[in-house]
Amino acid sequence: MNRREALGRVGLILGGTIIGAEFFISGCKPSSKKVNELFDENNVALFDEIGETILPATSTPGAKAAAIGNFMAMMVQDCYKPEDQKVFVKGISDLDEASKKKFSKSFMEADAKQRTELLTELDAEQKNYTKSKKPEDPNHYFRMMKELTLLGYFTSEVGATKALRYIAVPGHYDGNVPYKKGDKAWAT
Amino acid sequence: MANLNTDSIKDRTFDAIVIGSGMSGGWAAKELTGKGLKTLMLERGRDVKHIKDYPTTNMYPWEFEHRGEMPMAVQEANPIVNRCYAFHEDAAHFFVKDKEHPYIQDKPFDWIRGYQVGGKSLLWARQTQRWSDFDFEGPARDGFAVDWPIRYQDIAPWYSYVEKFAGISGNKDGLAELPDGEFLPAFPLNSVEQYFSKHVKSKYGRHVISARCAHLSKPNQIHLDQGRAQCQERILCQRGCPFGGYFSANASTIPWALKSGNLTLRPHSVVESIIYDDKKGKATGVRVVDANTKETIEYYAKIIFVNAAAMNTNLVLLNSTSHRFPNGLGNDSGVLGKYVAFHNYSAHISAQYDGMLEWTTDGRNPAGGGYIPRFRNLHKQETDFLRGYASGFSAYRWKQQNWDGVGSDFKDNLAKGELSPWHVGSHMMGETIPKEASYVKLDDKLKDEWGVPLLKISMDYDDNDAKMKKDYIEQLTEMFTSAGFTNIKAESDNRAPGLDIHEMGGARMGNDPKTSVLNKWNQMHAVNNVFVTDGASMTSTSCQNPSLTYMAFTACSADYAVSEMKKGNI
Repeated sequence: MNRREALGRVGLILGGTIIGAEFFISGCKPSSKKVNELFDENNVALFDEIGETILPATSTPGAKAAAIGNFMAMMVQDCYKPEDQKVFVKGISDLDEASKKKFSKSFMEADAKQRTELLTELDAEQKNYTKSKKPEDPNHYFRMMKELTLLGYFTSEVGATKALRYIAVPGHYDGNVPYKKGDKAWAT
Repeated sequence: MANLNTDSIKDRTFDAIVIGSGMSGGWAAKELTGKGLKTLMLERGRDVKHIKDYPTTNMYPWEFEHRGEMPMAVQEANPIVNRCYAFHEDAAHFFVKDKEHPYIQDKPFDWIRGYQVGGKSLLWARQTQRWSDFDFEGPARDGFAVDWPIRYQDIAPWYSYVEKFAGISGNKDGLAELPDGEFLPAFPLNSVEQYFSKHVKSKYGRHVISARCAHLSKPNQIHLDQGRAQCQERILCQRGCPFGGYFSANASTIPWALKSGNLTLRPHSVVESIIYDDKKGKATGVRVVDANTKETIEYYAKIIFVNAAAMNTNLVLLNSTSHRFPNGLGNDSGVLGKYVAFHNYSAHISAQYDGMLEWTTDGRNPAGGGYIPRFRNLHKQETDFLRGYASGFSAYRWKQQNWDGVGSDFKDNLAKGELSPWHVGSHMMGETIPKEASYVKLDDKLKDEWGVPLLKISMDYDDNDAKMKKDYIEQLTEMFTSAGFTNIKAESDNRAPGLDIHEMGGARMGNDPKTSVLNKWNQMHAVNNVFVTDGASMTSTSCQNPSLTYMAFTACSADYAVSEMKKGNI
């Protein structure tokens, strides 16, 4: 029995429609509840999966563990210019269309391998586009998604302290130390 | 009622008033209170107590909502201050927003301000070099502005005095153009900075030294007595330092002055004007508008130090009119508000170095790297432009990252600490010539919300600046090339004056009351109990950073003012 059925049963028992049923249901099925002017919870769930595909959990946590979906939604809303916001918002459907064309299913329905395959292609596409674009041409939506994923993850607590090394108070500066390959990168 | 009035006047009467609480105002307060003067310090902004009022100082990167970025709405509402390199989420609360105190740009000018106790001393880049006779003799030798009324030997003891207290790190480099000071250990040059230093010394006889900066690399007892501790190399200085690792008025001079019991600090106090008594022939106090209540209050004192920061000091003086001084306080010469100038920071160069790959750095350098003292037109005029420039120089390696692809290999690559080859960078710090045509003045109609006229600002680059910039790019390009640096890219930006945050002049010092506002003690020629010891007092701009010189002038001037007062001359 799924949650919708369960709620339906409660409705039957009570002999009527449940007030706020849509709200209850939204708990299990991605809903259209707005997180800000531009995005809803469906979008955030999608951004989480895009971020996790770009930076998956390995021996260290992935982008989802850094709440990358919320971060992307907030940054595009607060820090992007209107023209970039438009490109980004349209990018959501562009990305899904690319997925449907390739796998006959949406990005959320695709499996992890398919997602990686698709985003690898989109990454090559954005790289070529960025290389040849004129300064006044719009940015590529996937470049924005990738940039925000990297920024959000590597400045997050898990990213900075687990994937990278972070020291709040170095307490020294040494201008000359031998370079050892293979050490983790510093977060700042 | 009569008694009440008398009491009220008594409560509003001090030995000294200091207008402004930043870099130089803090020093004025420290020196005057230290000599036993009951001193009132007026600050137009809010109070910022050391540590307690640094809201972001201990925040982790992930605790900033936008991870440091400024939201677009804030950027769009603040085109001016948003151009400042330090205007980010961690320190934006210490900057004046564009609408908070409007001004009129007769020519484009980015006026970057910090209206709070401590002023811009919380936010400064902390570079501290002495000026030398190559600077103080400059106007006389090269025929611009007026002769400085002092020489290096007059101010050298006061440099020592303020350096010991503030804490300046540096090496004794033995250069006449950049005199040595009372140094704490320098922050070291890294391997490529050292390499470049050796190279330009042997090939050009020029110098690349450890940048001198106001950081406690190794504190002395006097710094511990201030409650400050060793710099911890966090490089988050613009947030305010919980260790007091760098010099700010908040960490150093103001708490010291408060400890004396002689300081009354009044924030939220916009100084409208200085009150001049025609009969006494002296300034008797200042008229303040309470920033919040808009109430006008007068305060009285025997001596007045004006340290509102260069542009606002001009504003206060120009707005202080009387029968005796219809064109601004002490303005017999007519030069008040004129001969303002700034520093030319509008060029920078970057390049790559493929050597020394076996070396890197550990930690973060608070000094920022190296400093190339002025080498142009030093001993004699040798180019088709006047004066010269200092240059920053630093070398660094960044994470060598392949940004292609997505997925687990991509992520692992990004987390690896593989470093790029060395990158080097330099920026220009050029002296500009103060000119009569460069001015600040008051608008005759428009006033701010405190009833003070809006300031009109007009200064610009000239042909001399363009030639100097060209020379900087040529010289640094040649030095970089001969050092084996590759991929050299020189960039010239079209920033407006002001973004250097080194605006100076308007109430210049000079020997002749007919052509200057202040004498060699930073004392007004025409009003002997008013002293101006901030950037407004500067006769020329040098190419060194000016804050240390403001500090030295202030301490020197306060010492003179008190001795004159004790002699009964003021």
